[in-house]
Amino acid sequence: MQQAEPEIIFDDKIEQEIKIEPKDWMPEKYRQTLIRQISQHAHSEIVGMLPEGNWITRAPSLRRKAILLAKVQDEAGHGLYLYSAAETLGIGREEMYDQLHTGKAKYSSIFNYPTLTWADIGAIGWLVDGAAIMNQVPLCRASYGPYARAMVRICKEESFHQRQGFEILLTLGKGSKEQRDMAQDAINRWWWPSIMMFGPPDDSSPHTIQNTKWKIKRFTNDELRQRFVDICAEQVKVLGLELPDNDLKWNEERGHYDFGEINWDEFWEVVKGNGPCNKERLETRQKAWDNGAWVREAASAFAEKRNGL
Amino acid sequence: MNEWPLWEVFIRSKQGLDHKHVGSLHAADAQMAIENARDVYTRRMEGVSIWVVESKHIHASSPDEAGSLFDPANDKAYRHPTFYDLPDEVKYM
Ligand SMILES: [Fe+2]
Ligand SMILES: [Fe+2]
Repeated sequence: MQQAEPEIIFDDKIEQEIKIEPKDWMPEKYRQTLIRQISQHAHSEIVGMLPEGNWITRAPSLRRKAILLAKVQDEAGHGLYLYSAAETLGIGREEMYDQLHTGKAKYSSIFNYPTLTWADIGAIGWLVDGAAIMNQVPLCRASYGPYARAMVRICKEESFHQRQGFEILLTLGKGSKEQRDMAQDAINRWWWPSIMMFGPPDDSSPHTIQNTKWKIKRFTNDELRQRFVDICAEQVKVLGLELPDNDLKWNEERGHYDFGEINWDEFWEVVKGNGPCNKERLETRQKAWDNGAWVREAASAFAEKRNGL
Repeated sequence: MNEWPLWEVFIRSKQGLDHKHVGSLHAADAQMAIENARDVYTRRMEGVSIWVVESKHIHASSPDEAGSLFDPANDKAYRHPTFYDLPDEVKYM
């Protein structure tokens, strides 16, 4: 009876939508779930800089370059907000980096696809950031305070990411035939991986029920995916382009768009590490960490000297 | 190698307002923490002043003691102006 008391208080807070804060008692599984989710989210922001970073030096104008730099810098910031939120749960920063570099921790599979043309930067902003926003907005109400606060900050910054991507595609769509084809090709390659970003279908998503009970998750993977498809199916018309799905059709009865079968085999292959860029992404992160060692040491040495330690 | 210490970051968003906690970050010393905080927390003019405090120097009350700390204020409604019934003709009070 006495042992159960903190659990009752915890459940009661969740029930009443009172945020859980770092020093509050929480079930060990809640803590572990959050550490896993927040750190994987942080890793996704950090690895997510790589496909876009690929185009910074080759952006077609100074305006586009400044925008892309600002966007990629935001993603670095998002990673940092989230790492520090995860640290409030008792995991160390370097421990998380280590989990990323050794492949123990996952990051969003979408970043294991290559950015082949400038139009990919448009498609990423529109679709990948778009799907991320759809996932992230409900997380602003997640039951764990530091996570929810980090998400509020992130969501405020995300909307320009999606708009700049859409604008790139809009511009290409009004351009030459070659430019239109390039935009369409980028959408063709990014569409399916983007709708996979919501995760496996509800009937094979084992954590959904518990995470919903804990109010970490507010909507199921399929609910969010459907909402995203409905929005994109309309937005693509403004671009004068198409989504690569012959089964995409408005369903009057459901009040939603029907869409084609998702290739979940591909999804699980990429999760397992067999996507087009998994190896390259991890190697790049590991190299950045190793090559940064002297900077970290120099900063520590300089701090000691400056502070007379 | 030792991990850089953790710093809590507080930002004054506008002259005249309090500094408010915004998050934390790692840095080798206070000055670098301020420089990092500039990049991490004020990319959109969110601040006019930054405080950083090494996290280990923050002492917090324990959630377990919240009752004994804060409950005593609960039954002192007479600390609030609405506790007092005054006739309607009293103005400006
Ligand atoms: Fe982000
Ligand atoms: Fe973004």
